[in-house]
Amino acid sequence: MARIELQNIFHTYDPSTVPEEQRQYAVSGLDITFSDGSANALLGPSGCGKTTILNIISGLLQPSKGRVLAGNSNVTALAPRERHIAQVFQFPVIYDSMNVYDNMAFPLRNQKMPEPEVNRKVLEIAEILELTDILKAPSTSLNAADKQKISLGRSIVRQDTMAVLLDEPLTVIDPKLKGNLRRKLREVQAQLKKTMIYVTHDQHEALTFADNVAIVKDGRLIQQGTPKELHAQPATPFIGYFIGSPGMNLLECELKDHKLRFADFQIRVTEKIKKRLNSYGNRFQLGIRPESIVVSAAPEGQDVDFRVSVIENTGAYKVVTCEKRSTRIKARVPEDVQVKEGGTIWAAFPEDKVNIFYNEQRII
Amino acid sequence: MKNRGWLFLIPAIAILAISAFIPLMTVINYSLHYIFAGSDPTFVGFENYIEVLRDPAFLKALGRQLIFSTMILVVEIPLGIAIALAMPKRGIGATISLVLLGIPLLIPFNVVGIIARVLTHSSVGLIPGFFALFNYNFNVALDPLDAYMTIFILDVWHWTPLVALLCYAGRQAIPDAFYQAAQIDGASAWKTFRYVTLPKLRSVLIIGFLLRFMDSFKIYAEPLLLTGGGPGDATTFLSLHVARKAESYQLGYAGASSAIYLFIVIVFSYIFFQLMTNIGKGENQ
Repeated sequence: MARIELQNIFHTYDPSTVPEEQRQYAVSGLDITFSDGSANALLGPSGCGKTTILNIISGLLQPSKGRVLAGNSNVTALAPRERHIAQVFQFPVIYDSMNVYDNMAFPLRNQKMPEPEVNRKVLEIAEILELTDILKAPSTSLNAADKQKISLGRSIVRQDTMAVLLDEPLTVIDPKLKGNLRRKLREVQAQLKKTMIYVTHDQHEALTFADNVAIVKDGRLIQQGTPKELHAQPATPFIGYFIGSPGMNLLECELKDHKLRFADFQIRVTEKIKKRLNSYGNRFQLGIRPESIVVSAAPEGQDVDFRVSVIENTGAYKVVTCEKRSTRIKARVPEDVQVKEGGTIWAAFPEDKVNIFYNEQRII
Repeated sequence: MKNRGWLFLIPAIAILAISAFIPLMTVINYSLHYIFAGSDPTFVGFENYIEVLRDPAFLKALGRQLIFSTMILVVEIPLGIAIALAMPKRGIGATISLVLLGIPLLIPFNVVGIIARVLTHSSVGLIPGFFALFNYNFNVALDPLDAYMTIFILDVWHWTPLVALLCYAGRQAIPDAFYQAAQIDGASAWKTFRYVTLPKLRSVLIIGFLLRFMDSFKIYAEPLLLTGGGPGDATTFLSLHVARKAESYQLGYAGASSAIYLFIVIVFSYIFFQLMTNIGKGENQ
């Protein structure tokens, strides 16, 4: 296992005949470090360059510019088989003509490992993945989740694996088995301490799997941190909206005197915040998470009144969409607070829970 | 009857009856009678069958046929796979190869036979002319081996493209991830072929194998046009043998040998199908 580092990676699929200024970059100026033995996620919307990054790490793709380091050695020019980076694909990739055991033994046998040692390794990994009972079964007879486990098994059975890449591994798994396999992945990572990089567009999968999440948009890294950091302190409004369900409420506002003026209402701010904001300018974006909005049935202090338009009940809490003329926000309301569609509620935006963005960057 | 859905089956049943069932029953009916022009057929039971199975000419034609079909399968299937894997996967090269492969398939059997006849003509043909350079007297009308090999090579040229096209289509349907996984797992080129390509081509190969077996077992136009089954009976394959008997009004014999012929094709096809569907599925490892 080793640390994987991407240094200033650029990649374009345009041929070199396209003039430099017209090239479309799938990945540009990417610097990411995945520390040794860590559980990482690469999170981003579809088409953001995730798969390109993955293929650059595994060696299936040569970056147009930049370096890939595994451990302390530069592996940029190495072929996939020389890099010892394993990969689990979106849909289960198994060798149909082999049984479960032979599938897992395949990478070891390719390394000409002596058979008793192959046997020991395969049994050890099968135990961890709970595949021991079906080792002799034809691999085609299994469900997608078990097949995906075999894929994972093949990638972790090798001693010399530097890192395991998981490319949206739960896409084709039955919802019932999804949770199971997700837990298993996490468990295997924690137990074997292998560097794993989980690529997904699903924030739930990324946040539950990884300790370190890198968010990528348009081929650029926009923030890297623990799930908690990303949730509480998103670097840009995009991350605020992308992480969390439902996403962060984002409202344009202008600072005037001691008030933040929104399109349809205004709220007072303290002297401290005002000073901070004044040093930047006067147009901002305010972000507040639905669960941070304090909702009450009666006005209090400087609450703002909203009309309730939609209530979505999840059981443990309600997600309420509220409107005030053209402004629309979502708030998470505990089950015991009474609200009804068409009624009025009062909302407060606690200053310590508010994020303020200037020029697409978080300043508070 | 409430459910009139079965009415929709009538056209299909009618076509099947006209194209297969009625001719087949006619043949079987013939095979159980002694038929001679001008007199009424006499029922003779299985006598015709016994006569066919004891006829050295039939047995020799059958042996020739089995050897021929075996050679066809042994050469055309691996060659077809090799061509398919060597073909470019996209771009102009892929289009050109597909067109080139398609050309032989568009030429009718009898035209192929005539082309062969012109090419091998002892005085004006290109092939005898070519062999003359090496002082070899190539003559399909006189040398049994020359005639046999000409038909064999003709069939390989004519039908290997079918196997290649089937495999090409099958190869295109294999997701890249399988090859990437094999690469990451450190598999050699041979192992990648053995464990990724070949198992994934299984279903198209079953079709290709069965089609080539059944078609080669029925070969008729090429030997007929090239040498009429000669020299001697060197290229008298099963179909030619049966047709000759029918042409000489031995309808009982022809019927019985046709039935045996059909039975052999069905039995072999069934065995091949079973073997190929179950082979290497990983159960017994």
